[in-house]
Amino acid sequence: MRIDLEARPSRSLALDIGAPIVALIAAILLGGLVVWLMGKSPTRAFSVYFIEPLLEGWSLQELAVKACPLVLIAIGLSFCFRANLWNIGAEGQFVIGGLVGGWLAIATHDGAYQSVIGGWWILPAMLVLGTLAGALYAMIPALLRVWLGVSEILTSLMLVYVAELILDYLSRGPLRDPKGFNFPQSVTFDDVAHLPYLAEGDRLHAGVILAVLAVLIAAFIFSRTLFGFEVRLVGDAPRAARFAGFSDRWLTIAVFAISGGLAGLAGICEVAGQIGQLQPTISPGYGFTAIIVAFLGRLSPFGILIAGLVLALTYIGGESAQVALKLPNDMTRAFQGLLLMCVLIADAATRYRIRFRLGALA
Amino acid sequence: MDVQVTEGGPLLSLRGIVKRFGDFVANDHIDLDIHEGEAHALIGENGAGKSTLVKIIYGLLQPTEGTIAIAGEQVRLSGPEDARTRGIGMVFQHFSLFDNLTVAENIALVLPRDQNLNGLRGRIAEVAERYRMPLEPDREVWSLSAGERQRIEIARCLLQNPRLVILDEPTSVLTPQESYRLFETLDRLKSEGRSLLYISHKLDEVKRLCERATILRLGKKVGYCDPRKESARSLAALMVGTQISDIHAPTARAAGPQRLVVDDLSIEAEEIHGVDLEHISLAVRAGEVFGIAGVAGNGQSELFAVLSGERIGTRAEAIRIDGAETGGDDITRRRLLGAAFVPEERNGHAAAPDFSLTENVVLSRHATAGVAQHGLVSFDRAKALAQSIISVFDVRKAGPDPAARTLSGGNLQKFVVGREILSEPKILVVNQPTWGVDAAACAAIRQALVDLAARGAAVLLISQDLDELFEICDRIAVIHDGRLSEALDARGATREEIGLLMTGTGHQTAAAHAH
Repeated sequence: MRIDLEARPSRSLALDIGAPIVALIAAILLGGLVVWLMGKSPTRAFSVYFIEPLLEGWSLQELAVKACPLVLIAIGLSFCFRANLWNIGAEGQFVIGGLVGGWLAIATHDGAYQSVIGGWWILPAMLVLGTLAGALYAMIPALLRVWLGVSEILTSLMLVYVAELILDYLSRGPLRDPKGFNFPQSVTFDDVAHLPYLAEGDRLHAGVILAVLAVLIAAFIFSRTLFGFEVRLVGDAPRAARFAGFSDRWLTIAVFAISGGLAGLAGICEVAGQIGQLQPTISPGYGFTAIIVAFLGRLSPFGILIAGLVLALTYIGGESAQVALKLPNDMTRAFQGLLLMCVLIADAATRYRIRFRLGALA
Repeated sequence: MDVQVTEGGPLLSLRGIVKRFGDFVANDHIDLDIHEGEAHALIGENGAGKSTLVKIIYGLLQPTEGTIAIAGEQVRLSGPEDARTRGIGMVFQHFSLFDNLTVAENIALVLPRDQNLNGLRGRIAEVAERYRMPLEPDREVWSLSAGERQRIEIARCLLQNPRLVILDEPTSVLTPQESYRLFETLDRLKSEGRSLLYISHKLDEVKRLCERATILRLGKKVGYCDPRKESARSLAALMVGTQISDIHAPTARAAGPQRLVVDDLSIEAEEIHGVDLEHISLAVRAGEVFGIAGVAGNGQSELFAVLSGERIGTRAEAIRIDGAETGGDDITRRRLLGAAFVPEERNGHAAAPDFSLTENVVLSRHATAGVAQHGLVSFDRAKALAQSIISVFDVRKAGPDPAARTLSGGNLQKFVVGREILSEPKILVVNQPTWGVDAAACAAIRQALVDLAARGAAVLLISQDLDELFEICDRIAVIHDGRLSEALDARGATREEIGLLMTGTGHQTAAAHAH
């Protein structure tokens, strides 16, 4: 028997929108099966994961806060993925952005360098530094690819571990709070180095606005600008892109800078909005989960916004499920993996028709 | 190698063959009989359903309806393997050979596994001798010409002692001389009692070789005749369904100033097995169509890439557009100087298959049509331009602004050529503009090129189609192995002269002439 994938002659809008929804439902059913096999009630788990977080004000705020880094990173990744470039290292760029931006907060701690012009500049400078650091860190795989043809998938992924170990070392060593009783964490940031809150409850920070802005700007770039056209063209038909006069080297560098920059921005927002200090770990895998967000959102900015909220829900639901159902936290990661599989399968099914053929091979 | 002969009925008999792809009917109730020892032509335009029908006969596709009988026995072919064991062999238009393997290794790959390579060498030599097609078993394929590669395919097919040999457009990559040798081999096959199914749209070849012809149009069988008794014109009318208009070329065009000058251009190939360009010089004048003939793979695509600026790396003065030294400029800068380009491959090079026609206007016209300003794209303006291309060049399509890949070959090509011509370029470089295009679109495109030149543009036409070159060019040069011959006056030149240059044998004399 042979399995053939035949390209569909045309893609319908209904399939395009329907596929991720079907994928989500399939992943929930499969997840429910796993929960049931673990001896818990799948309906109760569904309620804890997907319904209860939506019923209370504080958890809705939490949802936005968790979605913020996911959306920021995934928007950046959509530039890479649309151009058929595979930045798998957003997690590392996130960490470096948080680390370098956070370093400024530590360096200016307790009013240092603020006597003459005040502290108003610190937060903007942290955001800029975090963004630049993420972008520069992403330049390593980008330039290796452009100059030497090294696979960006491997280099960007490996550099995640390098970034995590640098943060681990610095937060235990040079950047540790000297008065912190040897706890592996830095000083707590001053108020001038902290993102302002948008609502009572001290959860919803201003980074959320940046995420929404990123969605709007990306939507504009993809639909109206020559650069957005270029990104799509290079991904879809590279030879035609060269004929159009677009340089794939320059584009590689540009999209890596954008995705690294947005991941770095997400990192410093997390540090300056959520955590408020540096510690050995600052991400529960946002950079990897954002890959799922980008694909679940079909690489479209508004799709990513919705997908970011869905994935944020699994983080919050996962935390409550630990308490309410004694389900392990790894269940959340497993579910995210299931979801990515379902999305990719659904994606293939929208583009190809699957045919089973009996008989001998050609 | 004796051919088994079955008395009486046809060797191959198709009845009511229908093949549907979704809503599209590629073959619509086709009947076909091929007798022992008969050379049967299958003619029709691109898209008429010839390839589909042949794939059904060779077991690559299953018919939706209809029956196939081989030597009177009704069969259901499960695949090419099955077809081969039943005595059907096929020589494909696009060769399926591994460049880095030898001739013998390539042949061994498709034969049953128990063959040993030494014995095979002997058998290859035997086949080569018998059919007068020289083959060196130990040469690596990349070093061979298209004609030699085709001989491997034919030998590969003959080693399985087929009763019916299917040939799909076999001369499309050959020089006139190579075609002549191919016909000798095919005559030999016929004399042994083997049947041929010869697919072509070149009517003079069909008249030369075949005693029966089945004509397809839009998936239907529209004619059955003895081609030797028909004129090329009457066959063409059957094939196309309408009378084809002649191209109106102005008789004497005033040669204007030199607009495109290539001066001693040499560049090494980028890819392994690519062709190095060596000392290419030419000058195209305003009002002139300058043709470059040559067999595929002799440096045409490399030359196009360098002329268009898709590849940069020559001296600035090696390429001049209206006097401006532009060898170091990218394609956008050259477009701004008034040049336009049409590459060979429509889908994926000239146009992005999944992009709409409007977006495909942005693709090559973003800098020259005011479609993109300050980095912003005006899709309204691009859409208006797309609409005018569609109406001026009569592009047929489904829906208001469909994806490029949904257009037929001829219509997409008209769109792509129209997109460049409507910019009123001063210089147009086109590569194989009518390859795989139906006859009506083909005539429209050639007419548009001639008209553009008549308005004072310099047109450089790279083509492997000698008919096309003689039809619309003022001067023709030949590219062979990365070198360009002296240009000949198209009205004075003969096919034989051009044919000799295409094989490289005429170059010495041309070079001697120049010095």
